[in-house]
Amino acid sequence: MEVPILKQGAYLIASIQSALEDEDLMLLRNALITQVGRTRARGVIVDVTALDVMDSFATRTLCDLAYIIRLRGAEMVIVGIQPEVAVALARLGLKLEGVATVLDLEEGLAYLNQKAPASVKGNHSRG
Amino acid sequence: MAKAPRTQYEPASSSRSVEMSTKDGRGETHVTIRKYSDILEARQKGRELAGELGFSSTDCTLIATAISELARNIVLYAGQGEIRLGTSSQMGNIGVVIRASDKGPGIHNIRCAMQDGFSTSRGLGLGLPGVKRIMDEFEISSRVGMGTTVTAKIWKPR
Amino acid sequence: MVRTLEMEATAHSMMDEGTPADTSALLTALVDHLHKNRTQLCEEWAKRITAARLLTAMTRDEIFAETTAVYNNYVDALESGALEVLQAYARSLSERIIPRGVETHEVVGIVLLLRDVLARSLFAKYQNDFSMLNRILDAYEPAANRIANTVAVGFVQERERVIREQQEAIRVLSTPVLQVRERLLILPIIGVIDPQRARQLTEQLLRGIRTNRAKVVVIDITGVPVMDATVANHLVQTVEATRLLGAMVIITGLSPEIAQTLVTIGVDLSKMNTVGDLQGGIEEAERLLGYKVHPIGELAQSA
Repeated sequence: MEVPILKQGAYLIASIQSALEDEDLMLLRNALITQVGRTRARGVIVDVTALDVMDSFATRTLCDLAYIIRLRGAEMVIVGIQPEVAVALARLGLKLEGVATVLDLEEGLAYLNQKAPASVKGNHSRG
Repeated sequence: MAKAPRTQYEPASSSRSVEMSTKDGRGETHVTIRKYSDILEARQKGRELAGELGFSSTDCTLIATAISELARNIVLYAGQGEIRLGTSSQMGNIGVVIRASDKGPGIHNIRCAMQDGFSTSRGLGLGLPGVKRIMDEFEISSRVGMGTTVTAKIWKPR
Repeated sequence: MVRTLEMEATAHSMMDEGTPADTSALLTALVDHLHKNRTQLCEEWAKRITAARLLTAMTRDEIFAETTAVYNNYVDALESGALEVLQAYARSLSERIIPRGVETHEVVGIVLLLRDVLARSLFAKYQNDFSMLNRILDAYEPAANRIANTVAVGFVQERERVIREQQEAIRVLSTPVLQVRERLLILPIIGVIDPQRARQLTEQLLRGIRTNRAKVVVIDITGVPVMDATVANHLVQTVEATRLLGAMVIITGLSPEIAQTLVTIGVDLSKMNTVGDLQGGIEEAERLLGYKVHPIGELAQSA
């Protein structure tokens, strides 16, 4: 299943609709890397609002993704972790180290605006 | 004075008669785990079972997450296995029992696997310490070349 | 225990003493008798209730209405052998009378009195035929006892449900999540926290963060005298879950004892944002949010 990637100004938004299998994650990773390169995106928002479960595989994958995206020169932020999922992650002791997590899309854009502002000429994104 | 109206009263036990797709004589549900979509199915069944037993929705997510970890281990390391979900009752309290079993390669060093931060060569931890942390009871047995079985129980908080 | 009785009651009919034909005929005769003498028996019962000083919280008219309904349901239950309707009635009756302050012993009392009144009337009717009386009682007693049980259990369960709801309401009220400024939540915790309350706290807090889109949360534990390792762990997990929702946590009012507990369970206090008291915590939160609070005098001067 393909994850839709939208462009919002200098940033890319990937909304994960449902639990991703290995293959889909590879596809997503490659798609994001390609798009970051092509669009010179300064930031990537990964929206996990639709995920009702996040296990160690999910967290590890997201951390790896953030690392790779950073290597490509962009910042990554995760938005929309459900409260129950947050509780489960905390109780399982699963940490999303090295990845910023914020409440929602609006916060995600605000975060990127601060951390990885779009260049002054054009591409000025406003949520 | 009139009688009380004849209300249709459903005894509490009626919710137990919901048919589950693969329920055996002991009332357990099994899900064969072979591919990724099976992980989702096992999670969903676990969530439903916990919901039926009256666990809070936060706890249902917790249980679904534990199942996800165990089922994923089966797919990643054994290729095929089974998750059995059942209920247990003890001293007036009720709980969910998860049994994840496979005939895969087995775990060489269980103690290592149960340590936080342990990872196999694929760079993915087995997630077992986390499962142990959230479940009330946790048992693991594994023989190299023969397979692994994890049994975990979580009781409904009073 | 209670659940078992209820399930037993729904699973079995009451006609399991003696041969079915026998018992059935006897119960029919019994029910007939109870229908015919309804008015008189009801009155007798109401008299006994008053004499025993039960249902003092209700008026005479109310007692009359409810006793008539109970009597009818009782006889119906004897006749049909099915307890479901009686159970439903017991529940609805309980819902009505619990807020009036009627207590368990009163409900059990009146049902037992009814049983006695009916038994006595059977003695009177069959006083010349001892063997018949015996047979009728054989049919009546188990049925009557199950009914008494059903009504009493129904009442007790309803009471327990009400108590649980009240406890829940108290819990919710006693852990308020307050929004003092935009994006700033305060969670003052008072008293001893047990694991259940801790769970509730976490859920309320996270819900609050979502609703208020809070970016900073101040958790004040000045009013918490002691915390064991389990609850301390829970606090740490709550902080982590809060961070996953993108909010910063400031803990205020951390006593030396609780600080020690946290260290014992392996918490790195230097990684936690702690401030001495609530006031200081709020100021720190405002600073983090980029607020500047000016005393009124200062503003007036710069105007």
